[in-house]
Amino acid sequence: MQDLTEHIFELIRRTSTDLPADVEGSLREAADREQSGSAARGALETILKNVELSRRNSTPICQDTGTPIFYVHFPEGWSTRQLRRQIEAAVAKATKSSYLRPNSVNALTDENTGNNLGDEHFPSIHFTEVDGDALTIDLMLKGGGCENVGTQYSLPNNQLGAGRDLHGVRKVVLDAVHKAQGQGCAPGILGVAIGGDRGSSYYASKEVLCRKLGQGNANPELAALEKRLTEEANQLGIGPMGFGGKTTVLDTKITGLHRLPASYFVSVSYMCWAYRRRRMTVRSGEISYG
Amino acid sequence: MRRLTIPISDQAARSLKVGDAVALSGVMMTARDAAHKWMTDTFIKKIRPPQGDDLGVYAAIRSLLDGGVIYHCGPVVDGLDTKEYRFVAAGPTTSIREEPYQGDIMRHFNVRGVIGKGGMGAKTLAACREVPGVYFHAIGGAASLIAQTVERVLSVYKLDFGVPEAMWVIEVQDFPAVVTMDAFGHSQHEAIERESREALEKLLARG
Repeated sequence: MQDLTEHIFELIRRTSTDLPADVEGSLREAADREQSGSAARGALETILKNVELSRRNSTPICQDTGTPIFYVHFPEGWSTRQLRRQIEAAVAKATKSSYLRPNSVNALTDENTGNNLGDEHFPSIHFTEVDGDALTIDLMLKGGGCENVGTQYSLPNNQLGAGRDLHGVRKVVLDAVHKAQGQGCAPGILGVAIGGDRGSSYYASKEVLCRKLGQGNANPELAALEKRLTEEANQLGIGPMGFGGKTTVLDTKITGLHRLPASYFVSVSYMCWAYRRRRMTVRSGEISYG
Repeated sequence: MRRLTIPISDQAARSLKVGDAVALSGVMMTARDAAHKWMTDTFIKKIRPPQGDDLGVYAAIRSLLDGGVIYHCGPVVDGLDTKEYRFVAAGPTTSIREEPYQGDIMRHFNVRGVIGKGGMGAKTLAACREVPGVYFHAIGGAASLIAQTVERVLSVYKLDFGVPEAMWVIEVQDFPAVVTMDAFGHSQHEAIERESREALEKLLARG
């Protein structure tokens, strides 16, 4: 089996230091919308300067390099046990090279392992076997500030007048954006999962963030809700960093899951503006990065 | 952009208002969750006896924080092997986690400035009035840019807390921030929270 350690290391470097074009473009549009001289515009201009600097100097965009979350889609013939070892070796090396901050803390002893390795959930690695001949690894770095403002609702929610339908979903998601204020490093991107159990719902709300910005939902009803939620979240006026302004949310991504008759969960994963995600593809031994 | 040097005088702290953009220069110290808890439990509430190098560190940070600035930041640091430390990425972390501790720490050490992101609550705002002090908002995620304003790492305390949680003493030049809580009881965060809540209520009523 091919040893991918060096290539995964490069994937981590790119993810930490080079913001994807769709996110940077969306931030530029947001900056243009804000009034010149406003705190909101200033914040976005600083953000864009930082993005360019990080790319040029190959330094982390944000010091909180978060939980490294890997989604591995592999064709038959690969060993997930070996892939896990290679990912762990690449993560430890990237930490030593200052592309990742040592972020893995034992919850019982408060001890930081120093190399971003911990139990089987740190780093977070998800394997799925797929048809075809290409192996892909998607990496997402999600920091603690935005992770802390993620939330989950169980509908109906009487306080918000939210019932078990898409109208109810709309209400709780807007509530989540209001509660987050600027804490999750607005402007954010919303990952929303409807249904599932508590665990699968949260998981799906994060996985849906792998979709590119501006890429609409195949389900027309969800596509309309995504658009409406982004527009209405921006009417809250929280703005970049919570300074006030027109852009609180860059985009919304929604997915639906099967649920138990008794349960109707809505999970919201808030992704900060530093939306670091990259893909690496291995086909016939050749590596490419996207 | 107003240039400000650390330590910050009583008069300078009172001259700052919500909305002022500043460039900070001088020596400051990073501290986040573990450090705030350690300071509070060991030296303010005294519910935990000092141990190890606690008293020595306390003596060192006391003079540093008198009129000084605490930065809520867990940096990426190069040179951990050689101890020739260099900040590579150093944006602010979310400040509200320190709300249970911050006001008492400001009073105890006479801290005049707290830098972070997302703002803080009523207890810290009250301390800003009393000390007097201000809350400076840095741009969350602007880590490479802010690291460039860090000219030198002077020392580090409690590295056993882990790199992000240790107290790093740094010398900065023109560190960019905006005052969002001042010594007169004004908080931009309080205002935005209130206005956005009104907007939310209208949207919820729309059905």
